[in-house]
Amino acid sequence: MAGISLRNIRKSFKDAQILHGVSLDIADGEFLTLVGPSGCGKTTLLRIIAGLETQDSGDVFIGDRMVDDLPPKARDVAMVFQSYALYPYMTVAENIALPLEMRRLSTAQRLPLVGRFMPGARTARAGIDRDVKAVAEGLGIGHLAARKPAQLSGGQRQRVALARAMVRRPKAFLMDEPLSNLDAKMRVQARTEISELHRSLGATFVYVTHDQAEAMTMSDRVAVMMGGHLLQVAPPQVIYDDPQDLAVATFIGTPEINTLPGRIGADGRVEVIGTPWPVTVEGQPGAEVTVAIRPEALMVTRGAAGDGIVLVGTIRHVEMLGAETLVHVVASPLTRPLVTRIEPSAAAALRTGDPVALSTDPRRVLVFGKDGKRIAVRQSAPPLVPAARGETVHV
Amino acid sequence: MRTRSIAATGLGFQLFRHALLGLGAFLMLAPFVIMISVSLKPSGEIFAPEFTLLPKQWHAWQNYTDAFTKQPLARYILNGFIVTGSIFACQLLTALPCAYALAKLRWRGRETMFMLVLLGLLIPPQVTAIPLYILLWQLGLLNTYAAIILPSTISVFGIFLMRQFFLTVPDDLINAARLDGLGEFAIVWRIMMPTAMPAVIAFGVLSLVWNWNEFFWPLIVVQSEHLATPPLGVVFFANAEAGTNYGPLMAAATAITAPLVIAFLAAQRWFIDGVTMTAVK
Repeated sequence: MAGISLRNIRKSFKDAQILHGVSLDIADGEFLTLVGPSGCGKTTLLRIIAGLETQDSGDVFIGDRMVDDLPPKARDVAMVFQSYALYPYMTVAENIALPLEMRRLSTAQRLPLVGRFMPGARTARAGIDRDVKAVAEGLGIGHLAARKPAQLSGGQRQRVALARAMVRRPKAFLMDEPLSNLDAKMRVQARTEISELHRSLGATFVYVTHDQAEAMTMSDRVAVMMGGHLLQVAPPQVIYDDPQDLAVATFIGTPEINTLPGRIGADGRVEVIGTPWPVTVEGQPGAEVTVAIRPEALMVTRGAAGDGIVLVGTIRHVEMLGAETLVHVVASPLTRPLVTRIEPSAAAALRTGDPVALSTDPRRVLVFGKDGKRIAVRQSAPPLVPAARGETVHV
Repeated sequence: MRTRSIAATGLGFQLFRHALLGLGAFLMLAPFVIMISVSLKPSGEIFAPEFTLLPKQWHAWQNYTDAFTKQPLARYILNGFIVTGSIFACQLLTALPCAYALAKLRWRGRETMFMLVLLGLLIPPQVTAIPLYILLWQLGLLNTYAAIILPSTISVFGIFLMRQFFLTVPDDLINAARLDGLGEFAIVWRIMMPTAMPAVIAFGVLSLVWNWNEFFWPLIVVQSEHLATPPLGVVFFANAEAGTNYGPLMAAATAITAPLVIAFLAAQRWFIDGVTMTAVK
């Protein structure tokens, strides 16, 4: 077991720079997820940790040891690939046994035919068989030992890939979108299984995904990557509630966070569509900003504009999802609808075309500068309306 | 209407197609059929005015016994196996690592090297025959198995074929092997070769057929009868026996062709197995 440290990793392919100096410390036993849109460099970073790619500059440490000059096999990390990369002509048991054969048997003992008769080969083989069996049983694939990968379902292949990674007890597990080839239902199930596996093994996991649900549900910390930069590394709830970058705020969260154009007024208050909001920020008066509000932080209020009501508009669409209802509201002159997430009971009376007002808890308003960086809110007024979700519809 | 007309032309076309294929098959098979037919007949019947497929008087035993006793035919066939087997083993030994390096490793000059391989495909073997002959003479290897085998140990065609197949093997499979602790040579023999089995077998068939039938080079470097490969053997046989005795000659030809046909049919089954195997996923 060991932590992983990255120091200012840079990498270019031809003329395109993929990683712009990434530094990251992953604690021993941590489950860290690298999440970002495709092409953001997350897989390249994972492959650099594994030693499958060489960084142009920067250092990789596994445990206390710098591994920059070590080949993949000497780094003692295991990887689960998106395609699973099972050896197609080997059985499940042979697939899982290979990493052990390479470590526990000498070259002579590995020879075909005669290897079995080398001194010590029999005991070593028996030990390998025992370990392979134990790991396979643990993952519930013991009965598949004699099958070839082509005869397995996607979920079974994924378990074989996991078993092959686990069997040699590596210092760290690197996972490259291991669930993306599974159907939606299997994926949710596998999410839980991988989390449980992480808890029971206590090993360091570095997990790459473009799926924010996987990132949010499984990780101790999430590292959001965009365009070769690490934008924010924090626990999932902090990433969601307190994003430090507009790109992080819009990437994480479904439905997407609402964004409104605004500017900083002379008194430091943020103005949206010419109306000052009860949010004061540290910034240049007159500067253009983006105001972002999570769907559940927006509340729907029937009635005309008045105190504490921040926006007025009409309902474009009501989306019932069972446990919650999404109400899409167009607030003129904005053309893009704002999405609010409310309790179904509170939404029962709402119809498309109804005029409504939207209010929000000023403490949940996020303000971002033109560069996309978060602008600190100096002071926000106390909540104007009771802030609890779903309490605010007055019919 | 439309479907009917397609069906009608389809039937006509199918008949035509099968007729054409049948004609082709007949032209290909006819020499073999005649060879086998002649090998069963006594000499009197071979030049009889009316052709019959089966002999009136069976002479098979005599023809085949003559073929194997008047000349060391079994020796020629054994030589054939030794030569083609050694050549194919050497070709695999060189072609697989080369193909792996050309397809999956990143190094400077790789594209240039591949161009040279392609260039090598264009050079007919006769061009290099004289320099090779002189080299073998200087090494004192003329008139040995080595003289037949050495020039064929590296097959540019094999390198090319295996490289094309290796390109289709996913990189992740190789990366997984590297993480599992395999070195680059272990990857070639334990991962790439079994994955590329269909291509290895296809190459094997082509290599065996080519080298079994090779006449030009063994004729140049081998004088001793006990080193003769099957095609040379037939010539020795023809020199010694022909003109008078076509029955045993055709029996010898049949015996020499048989291993190839059997090997080809066996490999074909493997080949189909290989092709229908689910692709790497």
